[in-house]
Amino acid sequence: MHPPTSKEQSKDVGITEATLPERVVIPLRQALGAPAEPTVKVGDEVRLGQKIGEANGFVSVPVHASIAGKVAAVGRFPHPLGGEQEAIVIEGDGSEAWDDSVRPRDNVDALTSDEIKSIVLEAGIVGLGGAAFPTHVKLSPPESKPIDTAILNGAECEPWLTADHRLMLESPAEILEGFSLIMRALGCERGIVGIEANKLDAVETVRKALPGGSKIRVAALQVKYPQGAEKQLIGALLGRQVPCGGLPMDVGVVVQNVGTALAVHDACRLGRPLVRRVVTLTGNPMSRPTNFMVRIGTLVSSLVDEAGGLDGDVAKVVSGGPMMGMTQFTLDVPVIKGMSGILFLGPDEIDVGEPDPCIRCGHCVHSCPMKLLPTTIEKYVMAGQIESAVDAGLNDCIECGSCSYVCPSRRRLIHYFKFGKYLAWERKKAAREKAEKEKKGQ
Amino acid sequence: MRERLIVSASPHIREDVSVQKIMYGVVIALVPAIVGSVYFYGYRALYLTVLAVVAALVTEAIIQKARGVPVAIRDGSALVTGILLAFNLPPGVPWWIPVIGSIFAIAIGKQVFGGLGYNPLNPALVGRAFLLASWPVHMTTTWLPARGGTLSGTALHGIDAVTQATPLAVLKKVSEIIADPSSTTHQVVQAREALADLGSADTIVNLFIGRVGGCIGETSVLLLLVGAVYLMYRHWIDVRIPASYLLTVAVLAWVFGGPSGFFTGNALFHVLSGGLILGAFFMATDMVTSPVTPRGVIIFGVGCGVLTTIIRLIGGYPEGVSYSILLMNVATPLIDRHTRPKKFGEVKSSG
Repeated sequence: MHPPTSKEQSKDVGITEATLPERVVIPLRQALGAPAEPTVKVGDEVRLGQKIGEANGFVSVPVHASIAGKVAAVGRFPHPLGGEQEAIVIEGDGSEAWDDSVRPRDNVDALTSDEIKSIVLEAGIVGLGGAAFPTHVKLSPPESKPIDTAILNGAECEPWLTADHRLMLESPAEILEGFSLIMRALGCERGIVGIEANKLDAVETVRKALPGGSKIRVAALQVKYPQGAEKQLIGALLGRQVPCGGLPMDVGVVVQNVGTALAVHDACRLGRPLVRRVVTLTGNPMSRPTNFMVRIGTLVSSLVDEAGGLDGDVAKVVSGGPMMGMTQFTLDVPVIKGMSGILFLGPDEIDVGEPDPCIRCGHCVHSCPMKLLPTTIEKYVMAGQIESAVDAGLNDCIECGSCSYVCPSRRRLIHYFKFGKYLAWERKKAAREKAEKEKKGQ
Repeated sequence: MRERLIVSASPHIREDVSVQKIMYGVVIALVPAIVGSVYFYGYRALYLTVLAVVAALVTEAIIQKARGVPVAIRDGSALVTGILLAFNLPPGVPWWIPVIGSIFAIAIGKQVFGGLGYNPLNPALVGRAFLLASWPVHMTTTWLPARGGTLSGTALHGIDAVTQATPLAVLKKVSEIIADPSSTTHQVVQAREALADLGSADTIVNLFIGRVGGCIGETSVLLLLVGAVYLMYRHWIDVRIPASYLLTVAVLAWVFGGPSGFFTGNALFHVLSGGLILGAFFMATDMVTSPVTPRGVIIFGVGCGVLTTIIRLIGGYPEGVSYSILLMNVATPLIDRHTRPKKFGEVKSSG
């Protein structure tokens, strides 16, 4: 599968710091798992980097003020993952001073595994590749699953996006230090940086930045979508298959994104929580595609204005890449920790036609990196035969979008897979509740 | 920016391909063979092909209208069915044969099941099977010799005059004569001569170029391959189907196809003659009616090859391509079900 990479527009545009926003909207739900609990109320003064929401359970992370100022509102606001979500609004006072809790460390090399994990949790770090899974959870595998290899994901296989590419070119030393800290937290000896071969400059730069005697090696990966998907990346670099329904740790591996490694570095070395990230603003309707270093909570609309606005008709706005990203219904959504890019697509670049019948060409089967039969699973879901769909591998689908991309009948395969997964989850929940009820009744 | 943005599930970009593009791609791939058919059999070949196409398109439109679904004759699928049906007819059939064949192919072979994508059998072959069962004389005797060649593709005009047959029919006839104990010595000698002539380099070249008798579109291997290469280049036919099909026929014909014992059959003659090249590259590869799994397509191709050889060597017909593909079409759902690939990660957990 080789969709056009479309990265030329922004790959040579250096990362620029976006203007300090006057107002940020920081959703309490940044990551997979439970949203944070607010620890501030309207009218409170907050400093840059101060914690404003506390983690709520193990699979949850705290959130921090990305600008200094006053809490103007706590309420529901449009969220890039759809609908409205609880968020804290801060009106900035223009101050750039960090909160007292933010203190650089000079004993970074002496940090133990447990210290690194607690710093990562306190800094609110999640996977910055897109899925936004809490990083401290990934760094804490059970003892029964020893990790022998950590992989740093610099594949960035989604078309259009260049945030990771620029980061590797501009901050290789910081990324590598962050990766070393991740390896130390996991207690693993081997580290591999995987970068797709269409970014050979990044391969070269990261390789050069490796300190002598490093246990990390840099691998150039074949350009192939979805090379950066966790399971495919592990397969390509180590020849190991993550078992169905399992996690990378089941084969002794943890994968982290290059942006996450930078966040780990910032947290451990500089004591800074995760309050900023790199976002690629791109697409044909953009007058100046840009890679911005952005404060979390900055509204996308203000970033677009700062990048020179739009000079073409826009039909679709996507958070993330064109293969897996989420469409937005408004530009008044904030940048969240998992947002790697904002892509604008014109009316002639998207497909709005009705799908044709499946002609069983098998292109979806050929394209599926999980070796599923997308056409069969789609038919099961459409017929409401959820159990058969699950049996055929519905829950193994990684939603990479390859099948829908190649389908000559423009069938909405991923749409039905997402829907089917939801139905399967709902049924499982209902069955569990029923079992619990019966247990109580006895 | 638009006031109302479009919201949908991912992915948000699509490859520049469509059903229509694929179908017209197949039509383009068949053009060399159409031109060849006019050269070898005259404008009559084109006339019959056009009749088949028009009948297919009109039938499709009428039924879609009656069913209350959008008329989609522009998708090119009925066009392909019409051409392929005509390609499977002897060039001397009366005008109403392609018309009835196309009507049956589209109405009974395709639309009764729900139209494109839902038909279990290749519609063109359904049409041909119906014609062969209903008008066997028209369908098996109205051959025309190709321009610059003979009917049987050999130089033995005597055999031609006697049997009025295509190369495979001649092969069947002479094999029977040799095997029949009541044949006179003279007959056997003549038959052996004919057999040698069938396997000669001259005949093979004639078969490859198309200077033989046969159905409208099946004769020129060369022109069919030109189109097939184009479709393979576009990834619009699964090369594993024709490859496994042809290889199976070649091996089985070599092992069992000789009149003088095992391993004496002429594999090349069997591969190049009859509608095998047309069937293997353009009909067995029909997306709707062939398997989608990687192992399934191989089983499908091998199955077609086995059935074709059985029909040719021991069956009642000289030619077995259409029936073998139809039989394997029926088996397709079963093949897909039992050849589901191993999922990525379908391994024993190491934990």
